[in-house]
Amino acid sequence: MTDFSATDRAYDARFGDYVQLLKPRVMSLVVFTALVGMMVAPAPVHPVLGFAAILFIALGAGASGALNMWWDADIDRVMRRTARRPVPSGRVSAEAALALGVGLSGLSVVLLSIAANWVAAGLLAFTIFFYAVIYTMGLKRLTPQNIVIGGAAGAFPPVIGWAAATGGTSLEAWAMFALIFLWTPPHFWALALYIKEDYHRAGVPMLTVTHGRPATRTHILAYSAILAVFAVGAGLAGLGGPIYLVTALALNAVFLAGAIRIWRRAEAEAEADYYAAEKRFFGFSILYLFLHFGALLADATLLRAGMY
Amino acid sequence: MAFARNHDLHKRRLSLNVGVSLTLGGLVVLLFVLTMVKISRGSLMEGYDYRPRASLLPVTEPIGRPAAPASDPAAEPAGEPAAEPAN
Repeated sequence: MTDFSATDRAYDARFGDYVQLLKPRVMSLVVFTALVGMMVAPAPVHPVLGFAAILFIALGAGASGALNMWWDADIDRVMRRTARRPVPSGRVSAEAALALGVGLSGLSVVLLSIAANWVAAGLLAFTIFFYAVIYTMGLKRLTPQNIVIGGAAGAFPPVIGWAAATGGTSLEAWAMFALIFLWTPPHFWALALYIKEDYHRAGVPMLTVTHGRPATRTHILAYSAILAVFAVGAGLAGLGGPIYLVTALALNAVFLAGAIRIWRRAEAEAEADYYAAEKRFFGFSILYLFLHFGALLADATLLRAGMY
Repeated sequence: MAFARNHDLHKRRLSLNVGVSLTLGGLVVLLFVLTMVKISRGSLMEGYDYRPRASLLPVTEPIGRPAAPASDPAAEPAGEPAAEPAN
């Protein structure tokens, strides 16, 4: 044997490249919201079992991220924001991304069923299927409502966390689901406004491409209003406690003010200051979600400590 | 074809090899701890085999009911069967 091509390659994928396939930044949001779902649930969880369950939920989310990068390599290559991801940049082969995604999907679901229960594992399996197949392979390239419906995938982790603790779901769990579900469209549309030509070039039917920027600005305002009504209404209806209610009132006022600012801006004005308001709104939207769930966690902790 | 110990391939793949080793080692440790926790909490560690076992059947009689007198020939012994044939 004189030829062995593996030795001729200029670059071999490093461990970090495979970690990048799992979308670690998305994972951090999944870990946090799933943890809150688990802590807010009215059933105590053993720390080791809880840690393992959160880890396997994160692993499942990472697996769906790898499947997303495998399928979307062609459009990721065209978009500036995603061109440096492991598959489009050539550091990891598409086949390796597929193998990692499928392998970790199965492993995470089975291990979650062992650490927690089959309800949580089933919900995780559905979430992976929804994100990888329904959103990535279907909706994303078909409809400008891709973000709206696809947002459900990102909204599942607190429900899975709740199910891992209790073995079922409840109205509070689905309220947390709805919070993330309604938050996703304004969050991503603000991003779509300022990354501008990327989605055009890739042919992804984002709202900015199909309906234009003014319509997207209106949509951001409409969804932010629905989100604000829901977030505050849920607090009044009994989700969380006083900390959540105060947090929701303050954050939604700021969020709504940002949405109104975006809605009133003309495109020329936004271009003049390099989309400063849109970038600020996008950054704040991440903080918005973290603080809402942080408030839910604080209320649950105080309730458990007997402070209420 | 034998690789020299310090072949370039080893250096290029060191990160991946070390990362995968540590990840798999961590998974083994986690599963071990998980098992210990489950056992110490008294979780059921056996499933249905090819034949039913009394220890896996749901409890049908209320706990605390006085046992039938030993002399009663109609009384069923509670709990597991006295002996199981060796497999």
